[in-house]
Amino acid sequence: MSYLDFEKPLVELERQIEAATAARDGVHGTPPGVALDLGTRVQLDDPDALRAKYRETLASIYAGLGPWETVRVARVPTRPQTRDYIKLICRDFAELHGDRRYGDDPALVTGFARIGSIKCLIVGHQKGRDTQERIACHFGCAHPEGYRKALAKMKMAEKFGLPIVTLVDTPGAYPGLGAEQRGQAEAIAVNMLEMSRLRVPIVSVVIGEGGSGGALGIAVADRVAMMQFAWYSVISPEGCAAILWKQANEQTNAQAARALKLTASDNIELGIVDDVIEEPLGAAHRAPAEAAANLEKWITSTLLNLKDVDRDVLVDRRYQRFRRLGAYVDKSGQFNGLVPDQDLPK
Amino acid sequence: MVPGVSRGAARAEKQGKSGTMTRAASRTWNEIKTPKRSAIPEGLWLRCPGCSRMIYRRQMEANLHVCPECNHHFRIGAVERIRQLTDPGSFQPMFRGLEPTDPLGFRDLKTYADRLRIEQEKTGQVDAVQAGSGFIKGREAMVCCLDLTFMMGSMGSVVGETITRTIETATERNLPLIIVSCSGGARMQESGLSLMQMAKTSAALARHDNAGGLFISVLTDPTTGGVTASFAMLGDVILAEPGALIGFAGPRVIQQTIRQELPDGFQRSEFLLKSGLVDRVVARAELRSEVARIIDYSGK
Repeated sequence: MSYLDFEKPLVELERQIEAATAARDGVHGTPPGVALDLGTRVQLDDPDALRAKYRETLASIYAGLGPWETVRVARVPTRPQTRDYIKLICRDFAELHGDRRYGDDPALVTGFARIGSIKCLIVGHQKGRDTQERIACHFGCAHPEGYRKALAKMKMAEKFGLPIVTLVDTPGAYPGLGAEQRGQAEAIAVNMLEMSRLRVPIVSVVIGEGGSGGALGIAVADRVAMMQFAWYSVISPEGCAAILWKQANEQTNAQAARALKLTASDNIELGIVDDVIEEPLGAAHRAPAEAAANLEKWITSTLLNLKDVDRDVLVDRRYQRFRRLGAYVDKSGQFNGLVPDQDLPK
Repeated sequence: MVPGVSRGAARAEKQGKSGTMTRAASRTWNEIKTPKRSAIPEGLWLRCPGCSRMIYRRQMEANLHVCPECNHHFRIGAVERIRQLTDPGSFQPMFRGLEPTDPLGFRDLKTYADRLRIEQEKTGQVDAVQAGSGFIKGREAMVCCLDLTFMMGSMGSVVGETITRTIETATERNLPLIIVSCSGGARMQESGLSLMQMAKTSAALARHDNAGGLFISVLTDPTTGGVTASFAMLGDVILAEPGALIGFAGPRVIQQTIRQELPDGFQRSEFLLKSGLVDRVVARAELRSEVARIIDYSGK
């Protein structure tokens, strides 16, 4: 197990557990009850008590996680990605490739799937697990052909009346020569426009990183949720720090992360997401199956609720959902501020 | 982001100062003897970032803020844009009651509340957008212009809401919709709420489209980020001013990502035209008649 810096107390505990377990059970010919000398003094504690202490410490660390720590948890390389969740919650996944125009972007995965008893289309960002896949996926930064593939498959889902599930996990859309030349901005814009009027239920979950337009390009949905330790914002903390603080370092990144209000609970407060999906103790990467079970539960129950909604009502509600977002003072009467007790600029 | 030259010039222009008074490399009419530097009233002359010649400010301004020598299009604010685009006296401003607030209590090196106050004092405007109805060569239309002078024309809740209301009004009244973009993108200080303005404006355009409405998007220097990646690229017809920087990511970000030099003219209007991303590159002097012509063809 590799640890993030704020998880340091766990490293020592894990070592103690190992030593205590070894001492109790006896390894490498050491008689039970005799500790191996691992370089420091080994406490002959009860491993189960140590494990309980480990869980407590883990829980208390994750209960007090700041926004910047949350971003780093969302980026843990072993955190479940779209393809992991597909394996864990989908039966009979039939991947569909290519945008029929330019190519097949591995950073956006699309295909038919069954979740529980529901047949649906699944669309999600894939960052890549090993080095080779990560490079092919540009670390989850999709190209225009990825967004166009997603839209083409979503339109097909609409034709066949299949609900759409999207899983968001991207630092942002890819900023490169080819991406610009092939119309990155246009691809994202068209996706948002078309998703707003698709006549089938759409649910989106930010499973890891929700980076700006690259995330929103597949997240115009009837219901939007975030995994507990995901982030969703207009820009990454580093990008924001580099522009507004003129430099990105640990300190400014943390300040930017705090200022951007990018955590799940912040986004609930702003009305941007509807639900938070709980993660297992110590975040999704520690127990992917449990995280997947929670995700599946939210998807199936949400889709069930949307199943019988009249299509016109569905599309109109989706429009209103996004229509009301924003905070401003309307001098002609109503105040649309979501945080009305803020000091207003003169 | 904007290359150093034009940004510097734009700033000089904004502050009413002339460019640096070093001699131009190419010698033309501007070689005429000028009095001592201190004797020149500030801002009477300026150096064109396009051709590096000294040009007479009033002549440039009378030429729709376009360099009379090289056709460089200087950046202009929303008020000037509306004056140029609409028939004299026809523009009726709308949605003026909308004012920005600080929903996140955002603080970087300055607070957002302070930034807003400073920008409002500097520009005399409430936010980075002007909208209303007007006539273009006798054709009625809903017009919305972003304003670069206010926080780089960035889109927060007020800009997003104003654009959305303009679109909705155009749909209701079956009027052509014209949005002139110039923006650094979504406004970071409103974070997720700025991001949502992209979805909101795009969704409103879907309804306009459903109703058979016409939308002409005019892209000017610079149009980047979340503005490009939402309403700006969704025009039925997309026009771009010559030489405008238009893109999703800024050139600096791209350069840092790919670690190689960007080709000349990358992300400029002419590049986008070649790449099939805009319909026409239209000089400022032709914009009114081009817009009028497209309105006529659409039958709106």
